[in-house]
Amino acid sequence: MFVRLVYESFRRQQRRKLLAGVAITLGVTVTTAMIAVATDIGDKINRELRTIGANLIVTPQEDSLDVEIGGVNLKPPTDGAFLSESDLPKIKGTFWHNNITGFAPMLPVMVALEKNRKSQDVTLLGTYFAKPISFGKEEFTTGVRSTYPWWKVSGDWPEDSSRDVLLGERLAAQIAIKVGDEVTLSRRKLRVSGILSTGGSEDDQIVAPLALAQEILGKPGAVRRVYVSALTKPEDAFARRDPKSMSGPIYDRWYCSPYPQSIAYQLQEVIPHSHAEQIRQVAQNEGAVLTRIEGLIFLITLAALFASALAVSAAMATAIFERRAEVGLMKALGAGRLAVASVFFAEAALLALIGGLVGFATGGLLARQIGRSIFNSQIAIQPVLLPVILAIAVIVTFAGSAAAIRQAVRLDPVFALRGEL
Amino acid sequence: VSAPVPNSQQAFSQMSTVQSLAASRSRAPHTSMFLRMLIRAAVLRRGRAASALFAMVVAAAVVTAMLNLYVDVQAKLQREFRNYGANIILVGKDGSSLPGDALSRVESTLAGRGIAAPFALVVARTGDGQPVVVAGTDFDRVRQLDRWWSVSNWPSVPHQALIGVRALGVVSPKNQAFDLSFQGRTIHLTPAGTVQTGAAEDSRVYLPLSDFISWTDIQPSTVEVAASGSPQEVAATMNQLAQALPTADVRPVRQIMEGEARVLGKTRSTLLAAAALIILTAALCVLSTLMGWVFDRRRDFAIMKALGASNRLLNGFFAAEAAGLGATGALIGFVLGIGIAAWIGRVNFHAAVVPRFTVLPVVLAGSMAVTLLSAILPISLLRRVQPAVILKGE
Repeated sequence: MFVRLVYESFRRQQRRKLLAGVAITLGVTVTTAMIAVATDIGDKINRELRTIGANLIVTPQEDSLDVEIGGVNLKPPTDGAFLSESDLPKIKGTFWHNNITGFAPMLPVMVALEKNRKSQDVTLLGTYFAKPISFGKEEFTTGVRSTYPWWKVSGDWPEDSSRDVLLGERLAAQIAIKVGDEVTLSRRKLRVSGILSTGGSEDDQIVAPLALAQEILGKPGAVRRVYVSALTKPEDAFARRDPKSMSGPIYDRWYCSPYPQSIAYQLQEVIPHSHAEQIRQVAQNEGAVLTRIEGLIFLITLAALFASALAVSAAMATAIFERRAEVGLMKALGAGRLAVASVFFAEAALLALIGGLVGFATGGLLARQIGRSIFNSQIAIQPVLLPVILAIAVIVTFAGSAAAIRQAVRLDPVFALRGEL
Repeated sequence: VSAPVPNSQQAFSQMSTVQSLAASRSRAPHTSMFLRMLIRAAVLRRGRAASALFAMVVAAAVVTAMLNLYVDVQAKLQREFRNYGANIILVGKDGSSLPGDALSRVESTLAGRGIAAPFALVVARTGDGQPVVVAGTDFDRVRQLDRWWSVSNWPSVPHQALIGVRALGVVSPKNQAFDLSFQGRTIHLTPAGTVQTGAAEDSRVYLPLSDFISWTDIQPSTVEVAASGSPQEVAATMNQLAQALPTADVRPVRQIMEGEARVLGKTRSTLLAAAALIILTAALCVLSTLMGWVFDRRRDFAIMKALGASNRLLNGFFAAEAAGLGATGALIGFVLGIGIAAWIGRVNFHAAVVPRFTVLPVVLAGSMAVTLLSAILPISLLRRVQPAVILKGE
């Protein structure tokens, strides 16, 4: 009898069920989409913040002091220590290798730029542009094109295996060189494949493939420093602790958190004789920006949850309120309060489950659409969320119906049937 | 029409509404009757009217808060991004120094819309002949401009130096007083503290600008400027700076400006998507509550119709009721929403969110549109039904 009551109610009162069902579905859709966006926004914004440039730097441990003004290093180029290029792929072998979005080695050398029989000293920066590298089974491409997205080239980026160079835009204007021209650098004739604009000191320099810079310097495999771009977690008091003073489990927790400090520590482990540290301008501020945006989206998700809960409650209350005559009839036929209430609650639960399932699916699609159109990447929805969302849907639907059901079972059947009240 | 039931207050008042409707039609002017019907309808069904108003207020509050945040978040995040330091750099053309009054000209051009810090750089020699880069600057300004500098102790008196962590081993390994020489002139300095940034600053020694100028006779070659505002405002500031200092090269720090523009754009788009979803939900909430409310009063509707009210009058009555509810709800909700936005601003950004009154007409118009829609929809359904059928309760 109970099952038949619920079944017939769904079959015959489709319009009323539709309104409540739509409200629940929409509420769950919004909730699912907002939760999915909120849980993923940190990672997405973190990746966007990587466009500001590398946040970690690796230098040789025993390096002599840099004497650098405006991008021109005045210390003798062969002075000081170097890192070995062959160690670099190991960066992808650290614990947090998935968080390392790219790295670019740098080797500045001084070259004599000959033009109209006059010679001037300029800095040539050897680096990777988009170099394919393999570590173990993993293949990846890295270089300044991914770590410094604000570098703009008119013309073509040089191949990493070529002997082409990029000329900084101020330098190119000063010596009147165009894309495709040849320049003479330390008695080597090289083709200029493009003009580079960065807004920084590179505008006065020449940027070339790393191998070419090593050849000019006469030190194959040498790298002066490596800039590493990594997705990190905002630093807190725990992050700033000295790993040497930690005991086992605490050390493990520190080591396995993607703090700038712990990633730097791991880089130091894999690259021999190196010193890695965070570039504070980038690393410190991205933590602050990330915390703000995450906080904002979290609060807005709360607002969305609240609005959805309210919409579901309002729709359920209306749906039950409209059925007072039915309640009167049931009670006149001898149904107790419990029997009436359980019919309504069963209906509410069924509605919540159906609406929840449909809403979860549409919410997942919506989150994916938001991810694709705003961030050009997927926002994946965790299947673990499904039971949680369904539970929330049932609870909110029950809470929304409770007041209306209470009022309905208290009705005097006489008035209810007459349609008064 | 049913007879009054003793304990049924509403049925009784419906009767009295009907009687007074008939009585007053002959005497009172039409408009006062209309108003009275509106007021009585709200007063007599207090509970349901209150729940409809509540839904309206909450919806309007959430929408106001969202719109306010959406408008304000750009300014808030731009402020966060100014912690990245300079977004404009002024350097002397062809490596020359800037004029002596460069900083004051920059300051007057900025007029409070940013911070500027001067830097003068030379390569000096330590006591044992090692080259080191020495910079003169204004520590009070640098402290505000470059907040990420990790400094153990800022210099406060003349002839105190701030030493980069890597330069420390070269100039003052035992933290003792040291000499630096530049073109035959020597300066005696005491270390105040160390600076660590992970960049070029680590290999430098910083002195107060006045000490630096009297020692080297060199004026600042660089002024770093953190200009506040939107990208358009920053571009305008750059133009003004170029006009104020024709001998300087004004360059944007593209790294910071492009990153900022990207992150701000994405955040705003996410916020817009969230706002659209929340507004949709809020509208649905109001719609279902109000439709229920109007449906619930189909007997009033039927009585009025049976007594000869025209369709136009009925539409007008329910529309006026809905508009009144929408306006009241929107106004209360607006105040509440401003409060919510201000709270979020305080909690998340540690700064007040300025109330945007431009949002009010939008919220008001939106609320009225939703309430009107939710009143007209059930009425157009009811109009097709004979009053007698409704009154019989079928």
